[in-house]
Order: sequence, then structure tokens, then C-alpha cells
Amino acid sequence: MTVKMTYNDRLEEKLAGIFAGGHAKYHEKMKEQNKLFVRDRLALLFDDGEYLEDGRFANCEAGDLPADGVVTATGKVGGQQVCVMANDSTVKAGSWGSRTVEKIIRIQEIAEKTRVPMLYLVDSAGARITDQLDMFPNRRGAGKIFHNQVRMSGFVPQICLLFGPSAAGGAYIPAFCDIVIMVEGNASMYLGSPRMAEKVIGEKVTLEEMGGARMHCSVSGCGDVLVSSEQEAISEMRRYLAYFPANFTETPKVAESIASKEGRSLEAIIPENQNAPFDMYEAIDQLIDEGTFFDIKKLFAPEIITGLARIEGQAVGIIANQPKAKGGVLFGDSADKAAKFINLCDAFGIPLLFLADVPGFMIGTKVERAGIIRHGAKLIMAMSSATVPKISVIVRKAYGAGLYAMAGPAFEPDVCIALPTAQIAVMGPEAAVNAVFSNKIEAIEDPKERIKFVQEKHQEYKEEIDIYKLASEMIIDEIVSPSNLREVLAMRFRAYSTKHIPQPPRKHPVYPV
Amino acid sequence: MKQIQSTMAGTVFNIVVQAGEEVSAGQTIMVLESMKMEIPVEAETAGKVATIDAQIGDFVNEGDVLVTFE
Repeated sequence: MTVKMTYNDRLEEKLAGIFAGGHAKYHEKMKEQNKLFVRDRLALLFDDGEYLEDGRFANCEAGDLPADGVVTATGKVGGQQVCVMANDSTVKAGSWGSRTVEKIIRIQEIAEKTRVPMLYLVDSAGARITDQLDMFPNRRGAGKIFHNQVRMSGFVPQICLLFGPSAAGGAYIPAFCDIVIMVEGNASMYLGSPRMAEKVIGEKVTLEEMGGARMHCSVSGCGDVLVSSEQEAISEMRRYLAYFPANFTETPKVAESIASKEGRSLEAIIPENQNAPFDMYEAIDQLIDEGTFFDIKKLFAPEIITGLARIEGQAVGIIANQPKAKGGVLFGDSADKAAKFINLCDAFGIPLLFLADVPGFMIGTKVERAGIIRHGAKLIMAMSSATVPKISVIVRKAYGAGLYAMAGPAFEPDVCIALPTAQIAVMGPEAAVNAVFSNKIEAIEDPKERIKFVQEKHQEYKEEIDIYKLASEMIIDEIVSPSNLREVLAMRFRAYSTKHIPQPPRKHPVYPV
Repeated sequence: MKQIQSTMAGTVFNIVVQAGEEVSAGQTIMVLESMKMEIPVEAETAGKVATIDAQIGDFVNEGDVLVTFE
């Protein structure tokens, strides 16, 4: 006896096929890799697991390409409406066909029109080469995805959660996002796979070495946050998103104030000896609401710390030198790291706090050949052109162009605060005395006399750059006791919250790269 | 065999451990001086020091080997 299928049966059957994703063996493989099926990822991502899906029936006639390998949806994350594209790696390894690409473009267009954050959950082998003419070179081909990303950059937050590979051209999705969260062991980014590298250039290398998550988060700087599981990636993304408004026209939400972490006082943390290292993270803990620090690029260029936090509930972006790593000296990578972070905060109205303890930019052949000057220029341009409230705190030393990079007085911080331990100069006393008196020092034959002369000059130099002298000359605006710094910062950020600087009439600056 | 390389150019200011010594992760094994700052060099993982590859006063460039582990 044959039963005629009702319209509804047909719909149910189609939907069941789509929801099931790819072949069972690929689901098994994902489980072995501790990866979640795309629909389980979305259930975890959205508040109450609820979302509206578009293009669900894409390529449903093909039979073996449910949703054409990508789920695109809108829903709420932490109460904020967002748009999401999520690759399904059980369907042809998450590769992009023409409908996959069209779906991604359409969800981007919705994010732009509705002015909400765009999330990319990436787990894809790249282009479906068999479909290349339909998805690669054309007007609404893959290139359009990146073109949209560029247009939306700074308009709405764009976040990448990297759960698997993002290969070849696909690797530009994370590259154009504000932040990339990578799952260690599974996430990877590369233009050419290890197999291709061996065939084309003869290099033998593993995927982890060449494009693994840890490498990108610590060496290349292409990744921002390294996590150990997909669940952690999603919870970190939720923490990050909470700092941002829906788009650039809105202001970041203020949270409830939380007391700072209990610990040693700033006086105890900061050594008197300018040359001795200390841990800037411990100092930051004394200034911010406990548990609010969101570290960005923690493992990359650790000599500078960049992260989001709250001070008495207000969102701030912190840029701080870390004397414990490479003496807090600025390098090309540290400049790039800070420049991108400043651009991110400035785009979405997050005020900036600079904590300076910097001996300057690195010198020597190695860094000059690597173009430290043009890298440093990126940081100084980003800092200089940021129009959000900017507070510069000289924690200990700020020498040379280090003072400039950390929003020194010439770069119009709303206030330049010095702690009593602050020292501002072209260079430190030892280097300065050497530079000015080296011939004279060498000419003194008696070693005792020589030491005495050097010590006298050190003393004179220190008096010349005494912080009260700089305050008297109104070079710095305020000297604050470390125990009052948190309160002063909170009050000043509230005071500057209405800051508005009109932009000069021009198209855009010529960015140093 | 694991090695610790210098992360920046500078001179060796102090060597805290000796060959044959067991060190724990995060322990300071050497202090460099660069840009007038003391730069602690820490062990990334626990292990036994095989050789100290730079002496006090030596100039080391970024990437030079400082310590080799067994």
C-alpha cells in the first residue's frame, strides 16, 4: 500500500535532511577532534539557542549539500542582536560553492542594514574548485565577502571564531575581522597547505608549525585569543562582545562597578629602581574592576599589554608597557599590536588608558633592517588620530619616542598624569650622561675621580628631569598618589565621556604600513 | 633537546643557574641587560640544564642560543 506524501511530509523530509548535515562518518570525525556540529555550535552561541535562519534550502536539490555547507542566521547573543555565518565542515569539508558564497554575502548585507555585529564561525577547506567559475571571480563571488568585510570594518563589530581551517583565500575572513579567537589543535590559517608547500617550494613542514593556532597567536600575530575548546571560544566571544556597542553610532554600555582585586598596593608593586622589572598585570589589577580584563594578543609581543577592562563599570581599552617582558621596550610587533588595538577601541567609542613604563623603541641593526621606524609610525599615527577620551599615565619612565607612542603631552591626551615615580626624558640618566660627556669621562685618568664625576652628572641630570619640575612647567597636568589613581581615572573618564573632535576635511590620511 | 634563545639584542648581565641544574617552568635562568633595563630570561618548561651557551658580558643578538636543555 502506498501512502501519498502530504505537502507537510515533503517539507519535514527536506528539513530533516538539512538539519542532519553531511554524512555520518564526518560527524564521527568531528567528535574525535572535539569539534561540535555546526547546529550545536549555534545552539550554544545564541541566547536560549534560538535563531532565525536564511537560505536554509540552498542547494537542497543537490541532495548531498545540506544548506550548501554554511548556516547563516540572526539571533541574540548576551541580549545583543547579531548576524552569524557558520561553516558546516561535515558538508564537503565546509568548502564554498556559489550558494555558500551568496548566503555569506546576504547575511553580511543584513548585518550592515540592521547595523548589528557580524560573527564568522569559520571551519572551511576553502573554495570548491569544481564550482570555481560560479563562486570565485564574479561580482558576487568570494571576493565580495572580503569587500563587504572591509566596508563594514569600524561600522559594526566583526568577530571571527576559528574552529577549523581557514585556507587560502578563506584566510582573509579572519584577517579582516576585529578579533580572531582560535581553538588550539583544530584552528589553522594558511594560504598554501603543507602539502602544497612541499610540492611548490620544496618545504617540509607540519600544519601546526606553519599555520597552527598557537603559532598564529604567538608568532605571526594573526590570532588574538588562544582557547582550548569551542565552548571556551564561545564564552570568550560573549565576554568580548559585551564591551562593544551594536555599531559605531552607539556608545558602549556601562556595567555595574566592581571593586578591584585584593592585592599589593601600587606603591609596593612598582620598584624604585627604574631599571628593575615588575609585572604590569599586577598593577592593572589594582586599577580595574576585578575579573573584567579581556587580554588581546596576550601571547604575541608580550612587552606591550593590550586589553579591554572596566573601571567603575566604564569600558576602557588599556595599552600598557610590560617591564617584565623585554624590559617593556617597543619593537615592530609591539607597535603593530598596539596600533590595531587603538584603532579597534577608537572605532567603537571605547576610551583609551595608556600606562607608560617604557625605555623607548628598540635600537640595533636587527630592528632597523626590519623597519622599526615605519612600524613605530603606525602606532604613533593610530594613537595620535584616536578621538576617544585618552588618558596617559606615566607610571615610571617614558623615554624618547616611547613617550610619544604612549600618548605623551604633545598628542592631546585629555590629561597626562604622572605617578610620583615618573621620569620623562629623551633618554635615561646613564645613557644621557654618556652621550653628553663621553670624551670628558674618558679623559679623567683617576678611576675614583671618574666615578665621582659620573655620579655628579647623574645627580644633576636627575634634578633636571625631576617630575615636580615638569609639573611646574605644566608639561604634565597632574601628579597623583598611586593609591588614588583608580578613583581619579574613573572620575576623569566620566568627565570626558562627552568628548567630540570634528574630523579635518580630507579623505583620509596616508597610512604608514 | 630544547634551547632558549634571546628574544632581543643585549649583553649577558647575570647567570642564575648552572649546567646540570633542574629548573622549573617560569624560573629565571639568566638576566640580560639591554636598553639600560634588566631583562629576566625565564625557562618556558621544566627541565635539566645541559649547557650555558653565553657568558657574563657577552653580546647576544635576537635569536642567539642562551641555554640548552637535556
